[in-house]
Amino acid sequence: MYKILKKEQLTPLIFSMEVEAPRIAQSAKPGQFLIVRCGEMGERVPLTICDFDREKGTVRIVIQIAGVSSNKVCSLSEGDSLTDITGPLGKPSDFMDFTPDSLKHSHYLFVAGGVGAAPVYPQAKYLHSLGAKVDVIIGARNKDLIIMEEEMKKVCTNLFICTDDGTKGEKGNVTVLMERLVNEGNKYDMCVAIGPMIMMKFATLMAKKCNLPIIVSLNTLMVDGTGMCGACRVSVGGKTMFACVDGPEFNGYDVDFDEALRRQTLYRKEEQQADAEAGLNFLVRK
Amino acid sequence: MANKIDRVPVREQDPKVRATNFEEVCYGYNAEEAVLEASRCLNCKKPRCVESCPVGIKIPNFIAEVFKGDFNKAFDIISEDSSLPAICGRVCPQETQCEGSCILGVKGQPVSIGKLERFVADHHRENSEGGKPVGVPKSNGHKVAVIGSGPSGLACASDLAKMGYSVTIFESLHKAGGVLTYGIPEFRLPKKKVVEKELQSLFDLGVKIETNVFVGRTVTIDDLLNKEGFKAVFVGTGAGLPLFLNIPGENLNGVFSANEYLTRNNLMQAFDKKSDSPIFHAKRVCVVGGGNVAMDAARTALRLGADVTIIYRRGEKELPARAEEVHHAKQEGVKFQLLTNPTRVIGDENGWVKGVECIRMELGEPDESGRRSPQPVAGSEFVIDTDALIVALGTKINRLIADTTPNLETDKKGRLVTSGETATSRAGVFAGGDVVTGAATVILAMGEGRRAAKAIDRYIKERY
Repeated sequence: MYKILKKEQLTPLIFSMEVEAPRIAQSAKPGQFLIVRCGEMGERVPLTICDFDREKGTVRIVIQIAGVSSNKVCSLSEGDSLTDITGPLGKPSDFMDFTPDSLKHSHYLFVAGGVGAAPVYPQAKYLHSLGAKVDVIIGARNKDLIIMEEEMKKVCTNLFICTDDGTKGEKGNVTVLMERLVNEGNKYDMCVAIGPMIMMKFATLMAKKCNLPIIVSLNTLMVDGTGMCGACRVSVGGKTMFACVDGPEFNGYDVDFDEALRRQTLYRKEEQQADAEAGLNFLVRK
Repeated sequence: MANKIDRVPVREQDPKVRATNFEEVCYGYNAEEAVLEASRCLNCKKPRCVESCPVGIKIPNFIAEVFKGDFNKAFDIISEDSSLPAICGRVCPQETQCEGSCILGVKGQPVSIGKLERFVADHHRENSEGGKPVGVPKSNGHKVAVIGSGPSGLACASDLAKMGYSVTIFESLHKAGGVLTYGIPEFRLPKKKVVEKELQSLFDLGVKIETNVFVGRTVTIDDLLNKEGFKAVFVGTGAGLPLFLNIPGENLNGVFSANEYLTRNNLMQAFDKKSDSPIFHAKRVCVVGGGNVAMDAARTALRLGADVTIIYRRGEKELPARAEEVHHAKQEGVKFQLLTNPTRVIGDENGWVKGVECIRMELGEPDESGRRSPQPVAGSEFVIDTDALIVALGTKINRLIADTTPNLETDKKGRLVTSGETATSRAGVFAGGDVVTGAATVILAMGEGRRAAKAIDRYIKERY
């Protein structure tokens, strides 16, 4: 079983958990994800890996209540166990193939939307530890959705916060900040955007405008996460790819975001009905 | 000596009723029916049925015990060669193997070997509970890792455990069984009653299983050999990646691989209201393909309330599915659109499937597989209105194991290359089942797993 050693509430709807999973902790690399399951009739829920401790044999997950399954996970307490965790899944970030030496002088811009701060964290942490210059933008709708600010500060050179409603940091969305940083003369080797699909779409449009290469991490629908079901298929450069085994990270320029956004709504009706039955009507699904 | 009577018919759930539930279609024989059917066996001196069984079950011997009424002895005879008889009795293509070569089949109907095997296994399972536990064989101190808990891995693990090896199976999903669990539906192969019980008999032999381990990502084959003390590894990871049609519109909302559809329903139990996993409910469903998986997907969609049409590019005679599955599908009300091939999936303005454009086909000369190859009839395009399209065109191999294991040789299709008895290009690494042969059947994979167990035993004895 996968025991929850530590649980923290980061915002009204977002939780952080440190979970015993020695094998995943041993092999996880920045860019990869995992799948959790809660209960015998539980759904397989893909989640990003926020951090891992190889010695303690633990992984940290950050999860936002977005429906019945994530609500079940978030209802667990310290000492409880998750029924299953599988991982690490997907390919590690591209920069894991580069030598530490070649990354030392690189300049990265990370753009995190909401809980996207969680998967950005291990990437920024790794690059920062090698001596790379790392700028991070965390953006969200409002201050209640901004997470990991203090921790992120420790693993980056500059941290920028923005909210749509201006309740924290600068008012405006992440693309405004992206453009400003580039216009201020920052020469980034690579931008990495992780967050809601719609945010990654607009981050990519801005990156194109700024002539900035961009990697995005796709949070598609999935069942097994091992390449078996094809629910996660996404058009990349005109070719069908499986986000679970060919990704989750892809060149943003090549991703058909409109198709990816549409495919995310496949089970919207079923999900809304399940939300209602579970008393989660407060969740707004776009 | 042999009783010259007609084959004893097997009782089945009424087609109209079963089209609305997930209960098992076939009830199987009772003791009386089994003894009567067993009386038909000629007990041939040179039994052709044994030769055509991929695991070499001593068929006339077990049938003779059924005839005598000693069902336990019959079970012991089957168990010498098969660890999953209740499963094989249900899903083996007997008509092309044991029953297909039965001498009685020349002029009449072959002995119903599959149904007898199933009866023996079911009888044993239902009557042995709480009985004497199967002893764990004496350990020889050597550890062997089996990757994948599908048919080949289970057969390999079972044989190795009986020889005294300490076997650990690594499974990437959260439940054991591979295709038996995620692929074959409940109405053909009940999970709790049959699959889980038959797996338990394996664990009773001392075989350990670690679920949620995706070898290649969670741990590598080299880790298992060099860090975790396994003397040998058997790769039985199957052929799991779904093929698609590569036609326009395939990523529209409402197009699914049969793998996804069946996994949601079987592994994730989406047909059950208590399950948290959703499944797509469509009024009209088209399934592309003519194999057993296509039949399974079609009959699942039917049970979930859809009006279902199978689209297949060849004719009825060429359907690769078992005759029994086609027959059952038709009885239940699945429609067949034969000599037809999809050319394009049509979506509505929001990107949801509303139809599939097809072209009529005619059969030309036989191709390299010996089947007459279908050719499109120019200008014969037409549209079938549908809300969902399920693609059941077969599967290919996941290259992860090959990509993460240095010097493991594969062919162009990603299949692991083996020489001699299941040995791969890496010392200590053996492989069998779909990952070597490409997508095949449960029983062929089991046969390969058994061959690998023997090869692993020889390899370890020579070295240690």
